[in-house]
Amino acid sequence: MMNPATNAVSDAPVSFHPASSPDYVPREQLCGLQSRRLRQVVGRAYEHVALFRQRMHKLGLTPADIRGVDDIRMLPFTTKADLSDAYPIGMLTVPIQQIVHLHPTSGITGRPIVVGYTRRDLESWTEVIVRCLASCGIHQGDVVQNACGYNLFIDGLGLHYGAETLGATVIPISGGDTDHQIMVMKDFSVSAICCTPSYFMYLVEKAEKLGIDLRELPLRAGAFVTDSWSDAMRRRIEESAGIKAYDIYGLPEIIGPGIGAECCHQNGLHIFEDHFYPEIVDPESGDLLGDGEEGELVLTTLNREAMPLIRYRTPDLAAIIAEPCQCGRTMRRIRRIARRGGEMCVVEGVSVFPSQIEAALMTVEGALPNYQIVLTQEKGLDRVEVQIEVTARIISDQIGAMEGLQSKLADEIEHSLGIRVPVRLVEPHTIGRSSDGNKRVVDRRAN
Amino acid sequence: MRIPQLSLFVENQPGHLTLPCKLLAEAEINIVTLSLADTRQFGILRLIVREWQRAQEVLEAAGLVVAVTEVLAIEVHDRPGGLVELLGIFEQAGINVEYTYAFTARLGNRAVLVFRFNDLDAAISALTRAGINPVSPISLYDHLEEE
Repeated sequence: MMNPATNAVSDAPVSFHPASSPDYVPREQLCGLQSRRLRQVVGRAYEHVALFRQRMHKLGLTPADIRGVDDIRMLPFTTKADLSDAYPIGMLTVPIQQIVHLHPTSGITGRPIVVGYTRRDLESWTEVIVRCLASCGIHQGDVVQNACGYNLFIDGLGLHYGAETLGATVIPISGGDTDHQIMVMKDFSVSAICCTPSYFMYLVEKAEKLGIDLRELPLRAGAFVTDSWSDAMRRRIEESAGIKAYDIYGLPEIIGPGIGAECCHQNGLHIFEDHFYPEIVDPESGDLLGDGEEGELVLTTLNREAMPLIRYRTPDLAAIIAEPCQCGRTMRRIRRIARRGGEMCVVEGVSVFPSQIEAALMTVEGALPNYQIVLTQEKGLDRVEVQIEVTARIISDQIGAMEGLQSKLADEIEHSLGIRVPVRLVEPHTIGRSSDGNKRVVDRRAN
Repeated sequence: MRIPQLSLFVENQPGHLTLPCKLLAEAEINIVTLSLADTRQFGILRLIVREWQRAQEVLEAAGLVVAVTEVLAIEVHDRPGGLVELLGIFEQAGINVEYTYAFTARLGNRAVLVFRFNDLDAAISALTRAGINPVSPISLYDHLEEE
């Protein structure tokens, strides 16, 4: 076992990492870079993405009309539905041979999308993750436990690339097997962790049960991804583990994690504006909103090769903080308000998509029953329950048959998600009559 | 001989049993007998009613989901060993009793039980071979509802 005392790097004062230098470029210089990159990316999308070209034509635009970053508001939006419509390769701007990483993923609507990366995209991704981690005070010499999933979800891989390039020692432990996670954390004097906030709370809970006080371990920083969290949850994480908990922002469609990150002031997330141009629009009208106003976050990838996205409407509500940050970064910050609609939750560190649950229900019942996914929170952890209305087709006079159906549904969902989720049979016509309306996903998590 | 039984899904929560019972009461349908099988989350309410088709319509019109299953009503000597004799017949024929419950009233000195079998036809022939005639629905309702 390592002696934590030799692990002095963790306690070193926050130093400047060379990879962070783009975070501090003067605004005028940044603006020039953004304009140049926007022209390139628009030209590229126009040339290769039929959908984008058609939309430009409808608006009477050609790439030549986009001279600088201020012209971005003239451009058409891209939505997640567009990505599904263009599936599998309609959004890609390069032949598949030039794609080094192809990431098919499930959409919230149950329709598949795919995200592609060229070699240069992976380099850009790695660069922004390095900047994220550096911004969270994670440096060379840190031992980083990467408890983000590596397979189905993109977070694990991106953070791995970044932490490795940063010069940290990466433990690619991925999600699950919590006891082992805690042992590793202890035995290797882990100083930083990457995971979701809810999975971390789960780790804290498990550690407590094992009689381990995380505050006494060298763990110092957490770079948290994926789900949104409340200030109360952040405080609980920081207090229960004696760490600083930082928010990292990402979206698989855009690049994965790495769009922005908090700095040591933990007051909003700096968006890496040389790569991603943020706008806030009115979710209804699509009109541009001013600084500080709450609205839908729209992102344009300024430097993506394989799959540039122009004015992509994210599922997030946010506001731009225009005031400069005390840290000195020139990158503007966003304040994240919420992820809309509760499309996704994280249970035991596993991201849950309604589409996966729907697919499992379809498998068992042959058709989609009237169902609801109810999200709740217990001790800061997300819980999910699938409620299914009993229909004439599934009703039986035998308890065994009903219970058999219930466990078959749970088995199939487990097969699809990798975790077991409780299934509750409910009376007919009860779903959609409550105050929750007719939503498939009902979010009762306190936030 | 075969008696239709209605089964309803009810959540295991206060008040949830009331609705189907109230619907039948309003339609002036008498419940001859019933049983409630329960789990922690839900129950299956099984009902024997005379006008089962009308009852089914009433319940379904209110949005409830009804399963109709055929069961047998069988007389049993109301004395020690009475039930064992009967069960022996099914055991020998390799027929499984899925569940059973009783009628509240008796036929003479005999109790009447509802039986749900995994194989109804096999159960009927086993009973016939043993010289036992399941109670016909008409005589059952006539007799039981008189009391």
